[in-house]
Amino acid sequence: MSAASRYFDNRNVLGLVFMLPAGALLLFFLTYPLGLGVWLGFTDAKIGRIGEWIGIENYEFLVTDSVFRLSVYNTFLYTLVASVIKFALGLWLALLLNKNIPFKSFVRAVVLLPFIVPTVLSAIAFWWIYDSQFSIISWVLVKMGVMDHYINFLGEPNLARMSTIIANIWRGVPFVAICLLAGLQTIPPSMYEAASIDGATPLQQFRHVTLPMLSPIIAVVMTFSVLFTFTDFQLIWVLTRGGPINATHLMATLSFQRAIPGGALGEGAAIATAMIPFLLVAILFSYFGLQRRRWQQGGTDK
Amino acid sequence: MASAEPREGMSYLDTMPRRWLTVYIPLLVFLFVLLFPFYWMVVTSFKSNAELLSTSGNPFWLVEPTLDHFRKLFLGTSYPKWMWNTVIVSVTATFVSLAASVFAAYAIERLRFKGSRQIGLAIFLAYLIPPSILFIPLAMMVFQVGLFDTRWALILTYPTFLIPFCTWLLMGYFRSIPFELEECALIDGATRWQILTKIVLPLAVPGLISAGIFAFTLSWNEFLYALTFISASENKTVPVGVITELVEGDVYHWGALMAGALVGSLPVAVMYSFFVEYYVAGMTGAVKE
Repeated sequence: MSAASRYFDNRNVLGLVFMLPAGALLLFFLTYPLGLGVWLGFTDAKIGRIGEWIGIENYEFLVTDSVFRLSVYNTFLYTLVASVIKFALGLWLALLLNKNIPFKSFVRAVVLLPFIVPTVLSAIAFWWIYDSQFSIISWVLVKMGVMDHYINFLGEPNLARMSTIIANIWRGVPFVAICLLAGLQTIPPSMYEAASIDGATPLQQFRHVTLPMLSPIIAVVMTFSVLFTFTDFQLIWVLTRGGPINATHLMATLSFQRAIPGGALGEGAAIATAMIPFLLVAILFSYFGLQRRRWQQGGTDK
Repeated sequence: MASAEPREGMSYLDTMPRRWLTVYIPLLVFLFVLLFPFYWMVVTSFKSNAELLSTSGNPFWLVEPTLDHFRKLFLGTSYPKWMWNTVIVSVTATFVSLAASVFAAYAIERLRFKGSRQIGLAIFLAYLIPPSILFIPLAMMVFQVGLFDTRWALILTYPTFLIPFCTWLLMGYFRSIPFELEECALIDGATRWQILTKIVLPLAVPGLISAGIFAFTLSWNEFLYALTFISASENKTVPVGVITELVEGDVYHWGALMAGALVGSLPVAVMYSFFVEYYVAGMTGAVKE
């Protein structure tokens, strides 16, 4: 055996070599920009000009900036409402799909389509559905005599918020449903049989068998869902670009708007950095969700 | 029907009307809402402009299907070029990420080098870092190294979300391969490289397919990086091109927009229809592990 090959038999050396391509790419394009982004938030960098360190000036400005405060409010509203409804509808759809239904696998496959298709492209379909002059929803409502005028879905603040949230829910429900369905299928039928022999009603079975067995996967799925809703950019950018009068700006869209078309890289980076604490909370939540799972499967807690 | 019968959990005892009310009707409503935008996309893209803008008649149906919008899309815009760019970027980024992820996942899961557990956790955390907080510094870096407005800018940055995802997924697959197989091979004198290529990879093919098609879909759908790093029309990807170039001022060419959205969705939809099981395994696998 040559010296070189013995050297590669050492698992630490070999491990390092195997980690090298992924590690290098991630360090250079993920870890470094993460740090650079935080640093940029403390500078007055503009497009085409390396910034100077200005301390927390960007943040001081943002705290007094009504548009930024509105975007924080919007982000929380958007995340909270969309996540709660996505969870409720997703769980419902998962329970329906778990029943004995005809064309089961076909229905399941079709349900996931909104999640698979590029968000930007399906958002264009929603843009057309929400159009102020040709909206199909308005057309149906007017024909049915419910309304006498066309709804300006994306033109009024609260209506625009609702419309974007609905589009987000439409895209997110399949993801939640299919993941929860996978969780439902791991629950052994014998548990339901035992429960029903003990006289548990369907509601009691749901409360005392389904929910506890499903809770670890719910924690993880909802963390993902909350995370991606909180940092959403595509839907808003296509549907409203943050308008009308900044009513639908999320932190991500505002950050883009200020940094790229606006040129204020430092300020945009500060807005993006302001999202990190909230993301950390979500990630910690997910981490403990994973731990619970290990414990539930009979593994060790730590 | 609220009798004392223990029909819970035994749905075959449900009566038909009750089943319609609790299962089929809600399911049909779900399906209608989830699929309507696609139907609407298809119908709109085949309608003539006159038909699109008329308020009389039934808008749900096509009276005179026309291919005008598709003709305009393919002959009057850079759409074919955007398609080509998206294909190149997605395929390259997927292969680069998959290759890097196979080695990383194998090292973390099977070589168990010092600190592999921490690195595994770091990979999971990396997956949770969204593009929304990375695009500004990345834009700056891309500009400084002179890759701005090139496909390379996308090929090199897409792995930031593809590698964590693929690695995490493949770790789960590698974990399910019995250790004994590798031990036997080691005793027979196989090298680590031989074990990886002759034993582990053939057994992990379903995982590789899942990770590959999912990575391809994620790259195909990516929007923020492509919007930020690309400015020339001929370098754009489909999602960015459709949004930025098919909308001219206040005149919306709805037919062409819908045709562009439809054609841009087809590749992933077709691939999805062939690999549904792998998709679901990829998605739920990444969440379940």
